[in-house]
Amino acid sequence: MIKQVLAWVDNRTGLGRFTEAFLFQNIPGGSRWRYVWGTLLLYMFLLQAITGFFLWTAYSPSTQTAWESIHYVQHEMVGGWILRGLHHFGAQAFVVVLVLHLLQMVIYGVYRAPREVNFWLVLGLLPLAIAMSATGWLLPYDQHGFWASRVPIGIMGVTPVLGPWLQKVAMGGSSFGHHTLTHFLALHAGLLPLCVALVIGAHYYLTRKHGFADVSKDCACPDEKYFPAQFLKDAAACLAVFIVLLAFVVVPALQHPNLAPGVHLGAPADPSEQYSAARPEWFMLFLFQFLKYFPGGTEVWGAMVIPGFIGTIVALMPFVAKWKHGHRFNVLFIGTLLLAAITLGRIAVNEDNKDETYLTAKAQAVVAGERIRQLTTERGIPPSGAAALLRDDPYTQGPKLFAKNCASCHRFDGHDGTGHHPLTTWTVRQGETWETVAEFRFMKPEQLRDLNKDLSTRALKTGDNLTVPVRPWAPDLKGFGSREWIAGLLDPAQVDGAHYYGGTKFKDGKMSKWVKKNATPEKAEDLKKVIAALSAEAKLKSQIGADKADAELIKQGRALMTGDLACTDCHSFGKKDPDATAPDLTAYGSRGWITRFISNPSHPDFYGKRNDRMQSFADKQILDAKQIGLLADWLRGEWYVPPKSVAK
Amino acid sequence: MQKNPAAPAAASPPAARRDFLKQGCAACLGLAAVGTPAAIGTRVFLDPLTRQTTAESFVKVTTLDTLPEDGTPVQYPVLADRRDAWTKFSQVPIGAVFLQRQSKDKLLALSVVCPHAGCFVDYEEDKQSFLCPCHNSLFLKDGGLKDQDSPSPRPLDTLEVQVRNRNEVWVRFQDFQLGIKEKKPVA
Ligand code: FES
Repeated sequence: MIKQVLAWVDNRTGLGRFTEAFLFQNIPGGSRWRYVWGTLLLYMFLLQAITGFFLWTAYSPSTQTAWESIHYVQHEMVGGWILRGLHHFGAQAFVVVLVLHLLQMVIYGVYRAPREVNFWLVLGLLPLAIAMSATGWLLPYDQHGFWASRVPIGIMGVTPVLGPWLQKVAMGGSSFGHHTLTHFLALHAGLLPLCVALVIGAHYYLTRKHGFADVSKDCACPDEKYFPAQFLKDAAACLAVFIVLLAFVVVPALQHPNLAPGVHLGAPADPSEQYSAARPEWFMLFLFQFLKYFPGGTEVWGAMVIPGFIGTIVALMPFVAKWKHGHRFNVLFIGTLLLAAITLGRIAVNEDNKDETYLTAKAQAVVAGERIRQLTTERGIPPSGAAALLRDDPYTQGPKLFAKNCASCHRFDGHDGTGHHPLTTWTVRQGETWETVAEFRFMKPEQLRDLNKDLSTRALKTGDNLTVPVRPWAPDLKGFGSREWIAGLLDPAQVDGAHYYGGTKFKDGKMSKWVKKNATPEKAEDLKKVIAALSAEAKLKSQIGADKADAELIKQGRALMTGDLACTDCHSFGKKDPDATAPDLTAYGSRGWITRFISNPSHPDFYGKRNDRMQSFADKQILDAKQIGLLADWLRGEWYVPPKSVAK
Repeated sequence: MQKNPAAPAAASPPAARRDFLKQGCAACLGLAAVGTPAAIGTRVFLDPLTRQTTAESFVKVTTLDTLPEDGTPVQYPVLADRRDAWTKFSQVPIGAVFLQRQSKDKLLALSVVCPHAGCFVDYEEDKQSFLCPCHNSLFLKDGGLKDQDSPSPRPLDTLEVQVRNRNEVWVRFQDFQLGIKEKKPVA
């Protein structure tokens, strides 16, 4: 019965004969491991097609949904991170297999007649694979993809005559937008895979048509049929590659069980947000490095003319091989190319590993990626997209705002908010020594010498250029309003130091004097109460527990402030005192207090006319209300913290 | 019929002509059937080429007071209303600029986009210059090319800048074509 059906199908379609010819093709000299490449290439493509298809079913190409949908795949959908990981590494494996296959064809001379076309097909896959990967970068629409894609598109623009047009067509407009994503998706998931499939199909067909490569006559190996002998080898090779890829995805996840698993998904793309770690995929690094050697205006040579020329030479290899030493030349040439590419790639990696900007950007990208995951996982993403969430997040924006607006005078735990210790160059003046320069910058002479190793062994001369930290002109605001911070302020040893008034004009002011006179060890108990009371005004999230527990202490502290310790001689506290000359202590360190202070420190409630150098950030429109709010929240440690399950 | 030895000599030319006509027609019809939808599709696809982008007008970026007196360049995001295909965004970041004082109230606005291939340049305080993190183009503080071997074909692009109402800094935000010697705005 079954036989009959099969016979019928064969009769009507010819499928049976075809399968037979295909599956049971004779392999002269038997199966070989080195025949697996063609199948492996086909398999890599299938793997990409399968994983790609399923990613596609969950992907939404638009600037407000691309990142968001991939985020959802990666962090919410079951197995999503494995799927994306396989697709990610599969793309790289495709290129690796392709290059190895090409190499093998050249080394074994498999490009000779009648296999020239077959060789060209494999060669033609190379630009296709690069185009696939270049269009694929952008699709997740994270910072990395966004910035890395700009470079190839920028390079496209130098194509003679057509450049700007090409660019515009590729981007679907004059800048990145919805249509860039829809175009890239159509290329990445439609046109390009179709081309690749046709080329691979043709390659596979031709391989079979010309039969497997000839075996040396003296080999006494018996012939075998494709199925099962070669098929077994092919299948084993494919499975081995797949297991390696799977390991690439899964092993890191097992090694770091407390991180979100899967290939890194950066923060959502934001055109106003700098990203200094944009790099192409590793297998394109050589080209990236190559481009560095072409001074302005000659880029066409590096990006198009030379690669095109080299490609042509490779394509001509089948003919070159006909000359006397032609084949040797080919092998040498392709070997040199590969070596050059590896060397260039390594130079690029080495340069990056020494490059501070790149490394910090990379580290920050990891932090931002993790932060956005925390922000979105529990609470979901608003329709306007995830980028807005980061823009409204004190934890993300606070350090940047601080570094830009505050760090020219203030520090945050000694740095500028982002972990950077600002340095500058100081030209030594008449009479300055290591000691005086160091003292002015609140550091020890040894530390200064460490910063200037080349000069450190001799005395300073006028005109020497020293690398020095920027002098803090105002207090360090880490923990502002907390008990520790206030305790430091009320410490005679610290009040006129770098962390508090040392750099300000209040260094020898009334507050300093008061602390030095009154903050004696005998008064330690009273001071402790005052510290608790004043700090409670801030209502800091980190101190909720302590404030509650010490209610009694705080009550006594408040009494001391208006009574024995006489803070209210100069400050307002509790009620407005029109004669107050120092900042209002009511709600000191609270969100309202800080925002009002940043808005206008010269307000009579604060420093009034005695204000040192601090700008009125709101009145002068340096910052808007939202930015000031972000700064205040960040200083107070108020930002969204995900519940434990998400934070893991 | 064809086997008739007498017929071919007489019937051949018109038959050949008829055949040629037939072939021609077949090709034309086929081309029209496939080509027309393809042409319509291509026209839609090329829509961005012919779409007039509204000329970028001046955008308020910041205020004069935020700029350091010592002329250090500071980077500002540029927010503006933007139309992206079907979506109308209001006040979204469309890019960034470096602003610096050249004298008390003379400002210089530089695009952050490296004219080489479009990366975002950094200002390096200690070297007093701009460095592109991608292929290491180096620019002077005023945007000029620092050394002729930089991959960038031209200095950083200056943007028109105005001070309005005594304190507001407005910048005409534009993109320029990358990779070429002249500074040409992207149409
Ligand atoms: S993009 Fe700036 S140097 Fe290449």
